[in-house]
Amino acid sequence: MNFTLKIWRQRDGSSTGAFTEYSVKEITPDFSFMEMLDLLNHDLIARGEEPVAFDSDCREGICGTCCIVINGRPHGHERGGTVCQLHMRSFQDGDHITIEPLRVGSFPIVRDLVVDRSAFDSIIAAGGYVSVKTGGAPDANAIPILKDEAEAAMDVAQCIGCGACAAVCKNAAAMLFVSAKLGHLSRLPQGRVEWKHRVLDMVTAMDKAGFGNCTNEGECEATCPKEIKMRNIARMNQQFLRAALTHR
Amino acid sequence: MIILDAKIPAGPLASKWDNHRRNQRLVSPANKGKYHVLVVGTGLAGASAAASLAELGYNVSSFCLQDSPRRAHSIAAQGGINAAKNYANDNDSVYRLFHDTIKGGDFRSREANVYRLAQVSSAIIDQCAAQGVPFARDYGGALETRSFGGAQVSRTFYARGQTGQQLLIGAYSALMRQVHTGQVKLFPRREVMDLVVEDGRACGVVVRNLVTGKLETYAGDAVILATGGYTNVFELSTNALSCNVSALWAAYKQGACFANPCYTQIHPTCIPRSGPHQSKLVLMSESLRNDGRIWVPRKAGDKRPPNAIQGADRYYYLEEKYPSFGNLVPRDVASRNAKAMVDQGLGVGPSGHAVYLDFAEAIARQGESVIREKYGNLFEMYQRITAENPYAQPMRIYPAPHYAMGGLWVDYNLMTTLPGLFALGEANFSDHGANRLGASALMQGLADGYFIAPYTISGYLAGLKPGTGKAPAADTPAFQATLAAVSQKMAKLTGVNGQVPASQFHRELGLLMWDLCGMSREEAGLKQALTKIPDIRERFWKQVRVPGSIDNLNQTFEYTRRVADYLEFAELLVNDALERRESCGCHLRVESQTPEGEAKRDDEHFRHVAAWEFQGEGKAPVRHAEPLEFETVQLAARSYK
Repeated sequence: MNFTLKIWRQRDGSSTGAFTEYSVKEITPDFSFMEMLDLLNHDLIARGEEPVAFDSDCREGICGTCCIVINGRPHGHERGGTVCQLHMRSFQDGDHITIEPLRVGSFPIVRDLVVDRSAFDSIIAAGGYVSVKTGGAPDANAIPILKDEAEAAMDVAQCIGCGACAAVCKNAAAMLFVSAKLGHLSRLPQGRVEWKHRVLDMVTAMDKAGFGNCTNEGECEATCPKEIKMRNIARMNQQFLRAALTHR
Repeated sequence: MIILDAKIPAGPLASKWDNHRRNQRLVSPANKGKYHVLVVGTGLAGASAAASLAELGYNVSSFCLQDSPRRAHSIAAQGGINAAKNYANDNDSVYRLFHDTIKGGDFRSREANVYRLAQVSSAIIDQCAAQGVPFARDYGGALETRSFGGAQVSRTFYARGQTGQQLLIGAYSALMRQVHTGQVKLFPRREVMDLVVEDGRACGVVVRNLVTGKLETYAGDAVILATGGYTNVFELSTNALSCNVSALWAAYKQGACFANPCYTQIHPTCIPRSGPHQSKLVLMSESLRNDGRIWVPRKAGDKRPPNAIQGADRYYYLEEKYPSFGNLVPRDVASRNAKAMVDQGLGVGPSGHAVYLDFAEAIARQGESVIREKYGNLFEMYQRITAENPYAQPMRIYPAPHYAMGGLWVDYNLMTTLPGLFALGEANFSDHGANRLGASALMQGLADGYFIAPYTISGYLAGLKPGTGKAPAADTPAFQATLAAVSQKMAKLTGVNGQVPASQFHRELGLLMWDLCGMSREEAGLKQALTKIPDIRERFWKQVRVPGSIDNLNQTFEYTRRVADYLEFAELLVNDALERRESCGCHLRVESQTPEGEAKRDDEHFRHVAAWEFQGEGKAPVRHAEPLEFETVQLAARSYK
């Protein structure tokens, strides 16, 4: 298979970027998307050109590093997967493919396809945890947790923090990400104790980091590689309202 | 010359850790804020140590090379974490976990360390549950467990097939909580280039800011390396692309001994490679062997599709050869047998380098929904990569390099031979001997970080004069000299200005290591490797190309430097393999086999840890031996039959 790639090149955060076109040849269908970029970079280095900077690490869909925008969609067109799990068999021979970094004001571009997502870390730092110190935890079976609740918590705890939800949202809202963490912890008795602080602090941090608000577009749910549901956002809004009205 | 002193406490095995804790010196709460600890790496071991030390009141600086600490490779661990909780009431105990781990490691680890690991294992589960890790639960709301290779009890706790992710997010959130309080300063996208040593002790690091390309120096009263393992020396492995040996290699050159580098684990259940473009091998959790049955066609050359081969035409070789453990034999036995089947021409799939892992019976017995609940994400991952549906046809699997049991030599306090330098998690050699049991890596990483290092590092710091509370100066002559040496090395690498990308040399090295120093090794092959590695290295230093400037993000430079270190480290690994003229744990030494072709350990000559001491560039390193004394367990040939 042969492809024409239109890739965003940008030297660093303060320069202006532009698309550059490359062609890649003799790709077999079992190449992953990242492996195709590896091959391109291998050729670029051998030609003495600067390779395309892009982030990727585990290459099995769990570390959340690799999110880029392919033909306008973060992680590409396949549902429920990351870029590193996307394989070239899902493209047509001869396709033109546009590749860009995540376009979110709160994720400044570092270089080419690499962005700085530390805004997400700052939201977690504001309250995305159970305030428990090492040591002194009660026996793990001391607090029973309904199987369904544990499973529901796991459904949202799987968030990989890739940033696709914010990048696909026309408001650059990080609410799917934030609501996943809130949904994970508030479903468990261990996390319920400080739910009010948590929702208020994380929403404040989210606003401070410059993310927008949800207007129910639903793009985030459709794009999330872990298929986290939008109803978590509704739950978060409800929690926020309750906390804002009753918290002292 | 270094003298290895493991500092194993006196007393009976079961009370060693308690005795040791009782004798540890403490730092008073008023003084804790006057010490600075540098923690490199934010995986399970690094994040848990950084968080726990900060909670105690120490000032902590935490470094990682990823864009966020949450991306460390611990996140990819799938199957679970062991603990001697005996929740399943199947007669598990601290002793049994200890014994399984020692036996699984083929009697090549320290009794005292392993016993302590088993002792603290229960507290890890409690800690993680308290953090909100959504472990699998039964209908009564209690924690669920599953079985894993090398054990006959069910002691593995899990969160679907994403246990590592959930435990790491637990540790990461504890870390971020301390970042929020200001007790931890976080430095993402920083890579350690060297350690700084002053008056014979580790006192700082030189790191490269990967975004600006600038070198930065940080000083601390103690330095922790929790930088993971080095199986990317095989180029293709289950490790993330950024996993590297460079920090450990720098520590080795600064005086920390490297222990058992040849102990690398080949994981039996990975998706087979599909072609030369492949960038990594994806693991399929060992937990799949609970329900999957491994087989190959009984006749070589049987090319029928798997579902057309039935009954006596299938060779369930693990079940036939090892009736009491069956498909749950330890990893090394499973891997070696898979390779043996392929060598006999019984391999399956397009490449012939694979065996089947079949769920048809488990699905018929338990229903597809139960299997989906247990392994859904793994099945999905398999289907994404291979475009085959494992609910309808068997998976194809093959062994791949996975975990490094070897690492920096540490004493009972997890301190290396370089005073002030500690190594935690996969970066040290301490607990798994010559073979790690499944679900024990997560246990060890968190044991080191949450419950061991906070006590032993306090003991070390108590012996130092407290500072002023401000960050210690990082511009003494020792820092300046190290900084200059690092700059020089970087300039040397970019100055080669050749034509060839580093990946080409990495691939060449990896293939060589897999062929000559993989699952089975023999003297002639190892000696051949020792002549070939310097040749690859020489060509690398003449031909490698690093395009662009290193004054900003330059991923090619990062990678090329790691490959340069692998090209040196590989030689140490092979030397270690050459000197260990016995089969043990993960490795079959061809010259050391029983008449039935099983691995033969040589306790008389090799019942020791090999710790290598750097002697200078171009000089042969010195091999030290730390004898392993077994007071409690009976040494025996491992048998899973």
